[in-house]
Amino acid sequence: MTHGLTEAQFLNTVASFLGPYYIVLALMNGIAALYLWRSGTAKTWFSIRAGEQTFPFTSAIVWLLLAFVFIVMSPLAWSGHGAWMPSMPEWLREFVNRSTGPVVYSVGTVVLLSILFVFRRFFVNPTVAWVIWNLMLLFLGLSMTDRDFYEIVAKPDNVPIVMLVLLLAYFTWLATYRAVINDDRIARGEAPLEALDNEKILVWPDLVYTELICMIALTAFLIFWAIALPAPLEEPASSVKTPNPSKAPWYFLGLQEMLVYFDPWMAGVVLPSLIVVGLMAIPYIDFNKAGNGYYTINQRKFAYIIFQFGFLVMWITLIVLGTLLRGPNWNFFGPYEYWDAHKVEALDNVNLSQIFWERWLDRPMPTAPSGSPFAVQAGYILLRESLGIILTLGYFIALPPLMALTVFRKYYQRMGLIRFMLMANLMLFMASLPIKMVLRWVFNLKYIIAIPEWFLNF
Amino acid sequence: MMSPRWGLGWRDFNSQLADMPLSDTIRESQIWKSIFRHPMPVDRRNRIVVMLTNFFLHLHPVSIKKQGIALSYTWCMGGVTFFLFLVETVTGVLLMFYYRPTVEWAYTDIQALRDVTSLGLLREIHRWGAHAMVITVWLHMYRVFLTGSYKPPREFNWVVGVILLLLTLLLSFTGYLLPWDQLAVWAITVGSNMARATPVLGHEGPLQQLLSVGGVDMITNASDARFALLGAREVGEETLNRFYILHCIAIPLGVALLLAIHFWRVRKDGGISGPL
Repeated sequence: MTHGLTEAQFLNTVASFLGPYYIVLALMNGIAALYLWRSGTAKTWFSIRAGEQTFPFTSAIVWLLLAFVFIVMSPLAWSGHGAWMPSMPEWLREFVNRSTGPVVYSVGTVVLLSILFVFRRFFVNPTVAWVIWNLMLLFLGLSMTDRDFYEIVAKPDNVPIVMLVLLLAYFTWLATYRAVINDDRIARGEAPLEALDNEKILVWPDLVYTELICMIALTAFLIFWAIALPAPLEEPASSVKTPNPSKAPWYFLGLQEMLVYFDPWMAGVVLPSLIVVGLMAIPYIDFNKAGNGYYTINQRKFAYIIFQFGFLVMWITLIVLGTLLRGPNWNFFGPYEYWDAHKVEALDNVNLSQIFWERWLDRPMPTAPSGSPFAVQAGYILLRESLGIILTLGYFIALPPLMALTVFRKYYQRMGLIRFMLMANLMLFMASLPIKMVLRWVFNLKYIIAIPEWFLNF
Repeated sequence: MMSPRWGLGWRDFNSQLADMPLSDTIRESQIWKSIFRHPMPVDRRNRIVVMLTNFFLHLHPVSIKKQGIALSYTWCMGGVTFFLFLVETVTGVLLMFYYRPTVEWAYTDIQALRDVTSLGLLREIHRWGAHAMVITVWLHMYRVFLTGSYKPPREFNWVVGVILLLLTLLLSFTGYLLPWDQLAVWAITVGSNMARATPVLGHEGPLQQLLSVGGVDMITNASDARFALLGAREVGEETLNRFYILHCIAIPLGVALLLAIHFWRVRKDGGISGPL
């Protein structure tokens, strides 16, 4: 996209984006300050005494000062001179590149989201959330001057992912904010926010006009987006020139990322089907009557955690990983790293059957004598993979009853056999991905069952 | 000001209008009254009646709980998704005027659309609208889950919603191929290669040997699930035609039907959810 541009031309391109970008950030903070000041909800952080007078240093003033900082940054960024443009320091970019990898990224996101969840009472505080929001946008702005970062993030079809991440950050905050308030209210024996002030109002004009305004705003936004960013059109299709990396559309890249850990029949067919089936099954599995029609976490913690693990961790972060951080040959590249097609990563993954026969039993893998009938060959294959087959069958068949008898005893009693088995198996399928990820990272394990003869690798 | 012979000049015409603002004159005209069956609702009674007598408005209830339409509760994402579907339909129909789904013309038609057509924003609006629709439909699902709105009596409408979400992704996926550039063809190749490994029905899928008669494989690369999707062994002319028809006719018809059911069920299941 920026191929063939000199460094100066590239910086000019970025500058024409970053200049207005920082103005938008300044406006955002200015409006926040104005809102806090006008509504009288600004918090006084400390007061400065000057003789008789006290001057309250409020949050409105802090955001106004921040707005001024962004106002100053805007012309610097707009200048297009590398030395003036605010950007990530080189050492930090190097550090990020060198310290990230699939393991750090995946584990890091889980840890980060867990921290956000556990300490949600702290993070939903509007001031804290606003600081984080500013930091996120600042990180994006400072990183844009890096050519490799820009190449990935500003690729036209990747722009929606940046929007998705920002929108999800905002809406997750909003939902959690309301859930925390509701949980407090419920703990005090009060009704949730959604039950307050609930007289019936007429759809005309209240809803009809809201809809009209939404439609106009959305149309304006789409037209603006369409003018600002041309739709991509690459070279004409050629069945000879395979691009590297070849990627599916961005919303399927979580599935493509699963190909690292699963064969196509699992990653591309079975697991996607189970995602759809699992989503449809949610209302029939979730027997909890509480939490219908209002935001809450405490009243439905189990359902909430499972869903967020599936949606935010395994769907969204894998899409971000697959789209932004996977380069040629599906190798991992740091956010500021050049996509070098010659980067070599050692692939010495082994199957469980190899570990079992060759390492633990120290003998060759069972192989059928050549020319033997199908039944004999099948017998040898099943013998070879016996450990993996036993483990897998145990996981899917023996584990659910064990769950029903131990940890999920109460669930089982309330759900009955069929509903519980459905839920247990869906959860086990869902858990199979993180389990395989960990096995790969720790033991370099490729397949638990490896029967390439029948295209059956698991 | 010239006064015509019959003595009714601009001045006279204007003085007739002076009593009444132009907007009222339009609303009092026979044409307006014939289209809109109800006058502009200004009082409570008429605001109720207008919802019942207007075809487009009758999707809504007459009155609604105040919290049920609060933006901080609904995020407006379902409505936004529906509106984007309408935008996609309109821009899509316009794009069909310019676009021929053949290997010979597809790419050049898109090029011409970009370089020659005046107001060439159609494809941009269509493409970004499609991406936005994928995002908003996910956010809608996210909101419905977080408010527990799938719980009884709305279980089945959640199921309809999941199918609609799937169809949205398929709409976007089939449309991705149509520009017929490197991006399109290889994305669809990568995406559809998965179907090769469908258990039993893919020629490189597990258990495909089950479907063999007298030692002859029934599932080959010319008869498996991927072939059914592509209409050929590779992404080619047949695939373009197949995806074009799926994208412009088959899936939108399915979506339209399910949307109708989805909206109808929202009303029948008790309107927008809220605390019981």
